Amino acid sequence: MPHHTVYEAKIEHLQILDEDGKLDKKLAKDTLSDDQVVYLYEQMRVCRELDEIAFKLQRSGRMGTYPQNKGQEANAVGSALAMVKGNDWVVPSYRENAALFMHGMPMHYVIQYWMGDERGSKFPEGVNITPLSVPIGTHMLHATGIAWAMKQRKQTDNAVITYFGDGATSEGDFHNAMNFASVMQVPTIFYCQNNSWAISLPREQQMNSQTVAQKALAYDMPTIQVDGNDIFAVYKATADARKRAIEGGGPSFIEGVTYRLADHTTADDARRYRDQAELDAWLDKDPLIRTRKYMESVGIWDDAKQEDLENRAKTIVKEVVDAAISVSTPEASEFFDDMYADLPEDLQRQRDTMRTSSIGRNPEQIGLKAQTAEVQG
Amino acid sequence: MAEQTLVGAITSTLDQALAADPDIILLGEDIGLNGGVFRATDGLQAKHGKDRVVDTPLDESGIMGTAIGLAIAGMKSIPEIQFEGFLGPAYDQLVNHGGRMRTRTRSAVTVPMTVRVPVGGGIHAPELHSDSPEAIYTHSPGIKVLMPCTPYDAKGLLNSAIKDPDPVIFFEPKRVYRTFKEEVPDEYYEIPIGKAKTVVEGDDLTIVTWGAPVFQCLEAIDNCPEDVSVELIDLRSIYPFDMDTIAESVQRTGRCVIVHEAPLTCGMGAEIAARIMEECFLHLEAPVQRVTGFDTIMPYYKLENEYLPEAPRILKGITECLAY
Repeated sequence: MPHHTVYEAKIEHLQILDEDGKLDKKLAKDTLSDDQVVYLYEQMRVCRELDEIAFKLQRSGRMGTYPQNKGQEANAVGSALAMVKGNDWVVPSYRENAALFMHGMPMHYVIQYWMGDERGSKFPEGVNITPLSVPIGTHMLHATGIAWAMKQRKQTDNAVITYFGDGATSEGDFHNAMNFASVMQVPTIFYCQNNSWAISLPREQQMNSQTVAQKALAYDMPTIQVDGNDIFAVYKATADARKRAIEGGGPSFIEGVTYRLADHTTADDARRYRDQAELDAWLDKDPLIRTRKYMESVGIWDDAKQEDLENRAKTIVKEVVDAAISVSTPEASEFFDDMYADLPEDLQRQRDTMRTSSIGRNPEQIGLKAQTAEVQG
Repeated sequence: MAEQTLVGAITSTLDQALAADPDIILLGEDIGLNGGVFRATDGLQAKHGKDRVVDTPLDESGIMGTAIGLAIAGMKSIPEIQFEGFLGPAYDQLVNHGGRMRTRTRSAVTVPMTVRVPVGGGIHAPELHSDSPEAIYTHSPGIKVLMPCTPYDAKGLLNSAIKDPDPVIFFEPKRVYRTFKEEVPDEYYEIPIGKAKTVVEGDDLTIVTWGAPVFQCLEAIDNCPEDVSVELIDLRSIYPFDMDTIAESVQRTGRCVIVHEAPLTCGMGAEIAARIMEECFLHLEAPVQRVTGFDTIMPYYKLENEYLPEAPRILKGITECLAY
């Protein structure tokens, strides 16, 4: 056979809860219980509230640039529930706040962080999260490395999930991370939040591939495209991937098809490059709307519960914002202290002389002695 | 105690480290079965296993990024980048992630990683195999930068680097991998990071250098007139660096020549010269001299010795500094 097919593949799409809140009961079997659905809905709603308040904080000058999560929350909550808190690792980008909260990150940390205070990434002991990753597409390698350590230590009940956008899959490090994970067969779940836009560049210009999911085929990785606004599909795909990972089946890829309902960040104005009609169409596919419709249709939710949740969300977020605002301003010298485990002497002197007109290492030297005395006096 | 080369000392130190600590993992291109292109990891995979001395895909960013991930999870990763010229693809991971992780998380997430990299010219290697980029990484906060040039120092500093809870680049001057042997104790020992070594004591002039040029400086000193007394300081640790030893010496001699392979502008010599201005100004008898590589592309090997600070050029620097 001189000319024959050596490889064939296909990409499957999974949707369990449709845009109208209608559930495919057969596919939904062994996925989410009613309690879990309510829990995830509440997580999404609180996260949405936080998002709106964060936007207002930025607009009123009380917070710096902030990337809203609006519209993508189902990806975060559905996948985070399938991972085991304190046991697995979460290696995030910056549009999956709810996943971080569900894995133990105090909610006010995210506000504190975007208010310009790195202590918002000083996670408490036992919270297995790496800091929000602002440069695009570079952090997935860390997820592969962390999963590699799990394999090395024969931790057979641990896995790692890493989140990134469609734009990130153009970066070299995305492919490096996928290849390493595949070659080393480590328990990493690559979760792409395909929200159609990388700032102003639409997905069709980002890649000429029909799906993002097919990129994983090159690494012989189990891969699936799911409706990213469907908590059932997201949960099922992630749970399947995690099961495979801890059973030694190596990495998996999930493409969650979703949409960024807000601007890229508060510094962006999507009206410059995006049609209102496209946005309007996606507003109807909002994961909060369809989840609520479903819950109401099966009698586990009503207006009273909704009102109660909205009040709770407001209270929670108010407390979160108050907590973030009440954090004392760090000492000016604080950015020196965690440069190294033991601060080199030279850096100690730079810290100690940071208020002098020179950061010369020896205040005894000519000119500096008087200045130092003056400042200290 | 046996005589060892620089590369031999590195191999035996890695061997001992692997045996002592199950959390240590070596990863890199061709380091396993092949023992590394310089044989620095020769025999280690056979002894410690394929999962601890790992042949990785040909991907420097992947090596650096996964080494960071391994370290975040509590392993002590020791990636090898085959030549300093290939640090480019790994730069982003090393500088923007490895060096920043501790500060970004206020020490909640740390990266105990030792990056081994053969460095420098003088071995008639292909393009991008002979550069000296130590200043680039010295200018990148959060990373420590070492460059020992003797077998004894290599073992002591490599042990310190592995023990260090932060990312360390361990540059190995390939020109002297096999040219010099000395006795290296079998037992574990450390040489503190940030301490220079006075190789030759003298009163008239101080040479500050590191890496392979230490040996060219020794040759230049040998060729000095007998009545000239030159002090030679091997910095060993580029960041943090031992300004106390330099300042003490230059305050005493009043004259300083800085020698390095890397380009002149913004080389580490520039920083040392500035510090000498700050700390030794009233003691100086002559301007600080620099004998370094040039702000050019490191030439391919027919001309590499014209680029490198060889003994005759160093001697000229010494003579001019003394005559000032």
